[in-house]
Amino acid sequence: MNGPELLQESADRLKSSMGACFPGERAVFRGHDLHAELKDVDWVELYAFGITGRRFTTQQVRLLHAVWAYTSYPDARIWNNRVASLAGSARSTGTLGIAAALAVSEAAIYGRGIDIRAIDFVTRTRKALDNGAELTDCVKGELKKYRGIAGYGRPLASGDERIAPFMALAKTLGLDNGPHVRLAFAINEFLHVGRFRLSMNYGAITAAMCADLGLSPHEYYLFVFPAFLAGMPPCYIESAQRPEGALFPLSCAHIKYEGVPKRQWQRPKQ
Amino acid sequence: MRNEKKTEQIRTRIWLEEPEPDNPFATKAAYCHGYDVYGAMLGQARWVEMLHLLFRGEMPASEQADLLEAVAVALANPGPRDPSVHAAMCGGVGGSTAAACLIAALGVGAGQLSGGREVFLAMEGWNACGTDLEIWQSRLAALPDDTASIWPTPEHPPGFEPHGVGVTTTVVQTLAILAGMSTESHLPWLEANRIKLEAAAGHPLAMSGVVAAAFCDLCFTPEQGEMLHLLLRLPGAAAHALEQWQYGHKKFPFFTVELENDPAREEV
Repeated sequence: MNGPELLQESADRLKSSMGACFPGERAVFRGHDLHAELKDVDWVELYAFGITGRRFTTQQVRLLHAVWAYTSYPDARIWNNRVASLAGSARSTGTLGIAAALAVSEAAIYGRGIDIRAIDFVTRTRKALDNGAELTDCVKGELKKYRGIAGYGRPLASGDERIAPFMALAKTLGLDNGPHVRLAFAINEFLHVGRFRLSMNYGAITAAMCADLGLSPHEYYLFVFPAFLAGMPPCYIESAQRPEGALFPLSCAHIKYEGVPKRQWQRPKQ
Repeated sequence: MRNEKKTEQIRTRIWLEEPEPDNPFATKAAYCHGYDVYGAMLGQARWVEMLHLLFRGEMPASEQADLLEAVAVALANPGPRDPSVHAAMCGGVGGSTAAACLIAALGVGAGQLSGGREVFLAMEGWNACGTDLEIWQSRLAALPDDTASIWPTPEHPPGFEPHGVGVTTTVVQTLAILAGMSTESHLPWLEANRIKLEAAAGHPLAMSGVVAAAFCDLCFTPEQGEMLHLLLRLPGAAAHALEQWQYGHKKFPFFTVELENDPAREEV
């Protein structure tokens, strides 16, 4: 079935195995009663369950918490956070400012755009190695195709302060030695020895860790969507409490014009 | 107080502002690509001329401005059946903020089914194939790029309607009007070769395909075309969102649900 018949078949009703609410009565979340079977669930675990349909151990949930917590920086200079802060300074709503800041986090050189490529690379490389490929070929092939490796290298910095505490926590939870995490470190070593000037960043290690927890690239992409969220409300609050318009005010001298000289405007010829 | 802060600067080739003598944060004059916006253009320039100037850095010829304005009219309201307008109405009916209604329209209307991304991909197709039918046929027969990305793998050829039976009257009307106004090659060639392209794609031409060709005739890049498509479809989303707030939520469809794994039913 296709074309208008397919659309007609789907019209006026929602067929779902994900859930539904029955107002005044109950709510179903992926086949479970939200207020009975899932009433004690941790919110991050519920979020991960909503994405994957799978449950996670206490240790795994603890680590999933850390994936978000360790990269929540309330620094209003960071581009996505700055959006939340500018919303506060411009006296917009907190929801609009923070929602926009989260959307901006889906960027090409950081955040979600890198996350999905990072987990895709580490899972693809692991499969290739299992099938007899050489790490050298995998890494060089990636570099040749994309002129970089997602998860290695970092805008504005060379090191990454998040990796050591994250791995220390993973070690205490007995989750530091999965095959994708070991591969992420092996890639880092290869790049270091080869003087590629691309050191591993937090995105590579969280992608590898979540791959070890069984998340697919798309599941991981959705899981890390709120990764920066906790740092954003403080940015909004602070700028909202200060004088309006006082966050990074730009004078005319802050704009460096590099365009054509002034010219006379005239209506184009008819 | 001595100011030792380093002044950082935003670079731009688009906009020059000169300050009032008593306030460096207040604008005395603003120039867009060299033209005095408030001192010369205002009251004289058309909205589409300003759009063209902002994106391309030059005033459009009158034929280009006419074509861009016709595209803007064609895009202004995709109508309440369109997913992006539906999303805006979901905001409007519940009394969400005006910005939230437009964000909803942008988020949904950004995609690969009649959205901004579809226009981007279709314009990439024009850049790769130009007006060479054989290259188009080869491209349309190829599998889509499945490189890992925030975007899903395309499920239909960009610019064509996956659920269509035949090309719609409104698409044919739009193509005919725009092709007649164009001074470039893409739209006229599309009109002349539409049926062959539809056969190669296995689907009828969509409005996004017509608009992609129009943006190519206006010499916009795919990135610019994606932005303009998002921007120019917002008026209808805004109007319909406001209208649904007036109607009220009791007159807005909620639809029925068929839960395939209801634990209550399983217990029974």
